[in-house]
Amino acid sequence: MRFTKDHEWVSLDGDVATIGITAYAAEQLGDVVFVETPEVGKTVTAGEGLAVVESVKAASDVYAPLSGEVLEANAALADAPETVNQAPEAGGWFAKVRISDPSAFEALMDRAAYDAFLETL
Amino acid sequence: MTMQTVGRPTRPEDVQPLATGFASLTGGRGLLQDEALIFERDGWNKTGVDLPEADLDGSDLGDLARAAPIGLPGLSEPEAMRHYVRLSQKNHAIDLALYPLGSCTMKHNPRLNEKMARLAGFADLHPMAPVSTVQGALALMDRLSHWLKTLTGMPAVALSPKAGAHGELCGLLAIRAAHEAKGDPRRRVLVPTSAHGTNPATAAFVGYSVTEIAQTDDGRVDLADLEAKLGPDVAAIMVTNPNTCGLFERDIIEIARLTHAVGAYFYCDGANFNAIVGRVRPGDLGVDAMHINLHKTFSTPHGGGGPGAGPVVLSEALAPFAPAPWVVHGPEGLTLVEETVGEAAQAFGRMSAFHGQMGMFVRAYAYMRSHGADGLRQVAEDAVLNANYIKARLSGAMTPAFPDGPCMHEALFDDTWLEGTGVTTLDFAKALIDEGFHPMTMYFPLVVHGAMLIEPTETESKQEMDRFCEALLALAQAAKAGDVDRFKGAPYLAPLRRLDETLAARKPRLTWKPSSGVAPAPLAAE
Repeated sequence: MRFTKDHEWVSLDGDVATIGITAYAAEQLGDVVFVETPEVGKTVTAGEGLAVVESVKAASDVYAPLSGEVLEANAALADAPETVNQAPEAGGWFAKVRISDPSAFEALMDRAAYDAFLETL
Repeated sequence: MTMQTVGRPTRPEDVQPLATGFASLTGGRGLLQDEALIFERDGWNKTGVDLPEADLDGSDLGDLARAAPIGLPGLSEPEAMRHYVRLSQKNHAIDLALYPLGSCTMKHNPRLNEKMARLAGFADLHPMAPVSTVQGALALMDRLSHWLKTLTGMPAVALSPKAGAHGELCGLLAIRAAHEAKGDPRRRVLVPTSAHGTNPATAAFVGYSVTEIAQTDDGRVDLADLEAKLGPDVAAIMVTNPNTCGLFERDIIEIARLTHAVGAYFYCDGANFNAIVGRVRPGDLGVDAMHINLHKTFSTPHGGGGPGAGPVVLSEALAPFAPAPWVVHGPEGLTLVEETVGEAAQAFGRMSAFHGQMGMFVRAYAYMRSHGADGLRQVAEDAVLNANYIKARLSGAMTPAFPDGPCMHEALFDDTWLEGTGVTTLDFAKALIDEGFHPMTMYFPLVVHGAMLIEPTETESKQEMDRFCEALLALAQAAKAGDVDRFKGAPYLAPLRRLDETLAARKPRLTWKPSSGVAPAPLAAE
């Protein structure tokens, strides 16, 4: 699993990346009440908006950590947005994306680097 | 003597207070009535109004005549009166107490404004009355425009937008029209991270993509980041000044210069104009468009007492694209430019069917004239002084988000001081309700953790601010002393206690449906 400074996580299976927000982000957001997931087939660019997550405190953009094409969105979040709080780094995933450049994955932070980054906040 | 036997006890009995958890037998709470929705009242089988039987043989409606009940409760006047007065008792208003919502400028609405707005010559006008019969109203709009242009140092104003966000839309539509007129439609709008949420929403609504600008550690626009993100595809920048951290953007002239250098326009969100009115003219700062919330700076009612009004002042470059209508002086008196021809040939259209919120124009103009130019300047000075008083009084117990230097019209605290107490910003705000105060704005701006944003406005006296500060200080002490239950369960004294905001957001009930037997079924759609 790899991480971004905007608190997204990515896990890679072949060239398919599963993307969500980290446990830290989920805790900071508070109770998630709505998730807008991307349309399947959409092309996303690293650093640009992939999804929107709304909590009782605020609405936030979730950025695509990697570029590619959306293969699947987590439909379960529509009825159960609380999954993002309960299992942010597992069942609370947002989208699966077929990435165009797998080497970009390795350039993201690993768990240790992300934890060290959190220490600085 | 004659013994008098009809006296009554006049002293309280020596009775211990009842244990907590006392509930009345009826569910009532003192003389404050619990109140159901008007549709839930037992008024379905009656009418509250006596009308004579219609003396008609038949109806011209034919097939169109209604066959079933219309589905409205038939309350009598006292029942309807009580319903709405009871609801009003549950509301909080600036007429009841301090209303310290940051970024909202909840100031006193002078009664003089109300008196002027109720003058029949203003209040009873029809928007389609011939202009020759409404010269007074047009003169008021003309003079209000003059004041707004003078106070902002801008050459043009569109009065018709009906709220702040509507004004933003008006400003960005003018900006889009200006770019399109040059054959250079652009793609992006830059918005700082601390912006009001309406700024990016407006830009997106107009068809632009939004790029965020980072903030410096001292709460201002990061000039280096701005410069990096500006480019020939940028249509506009939207900056609030003073910003939502309650701080003056001291690099505002440089922000305007950089923006203009790439051919973009500078939209200023005027929500916080109260802090600088009479002291700073946005036109001098390089602003191209700014909405003015009459319902904030110029004291017209809002927060449930609305409606708002959001006139937009425009620079020379944007003035030709201003929406109709506006008042002009003609040979036969004042008249309105309504059609997008002649001098309005480049107008982007209209923001509303008529002229805007006439009642608010009257109130705002009454406020301006009763204060005068010097009075308006003092408004800004007192508003800023009050906010700094609150910041100074609370800074020992709470942590100001930007401790260095003074703030403008609002004092912003973060939740560092609550660390380890188990109490959150939300809990703290709820506990304020028990103490008889409306909470401050919380969790906004988003760039400050657990933000608490307090805007006293110039309305509050030192005595009232002291009362508020002492309540906050007492609560802060309770939080630090570990009295967590006081906060977690708050508000204890509100009619419905703590509401489940999460459930309300996840499963909102936006419509009322009659339970069977309560109300007649609505008419089936045909």
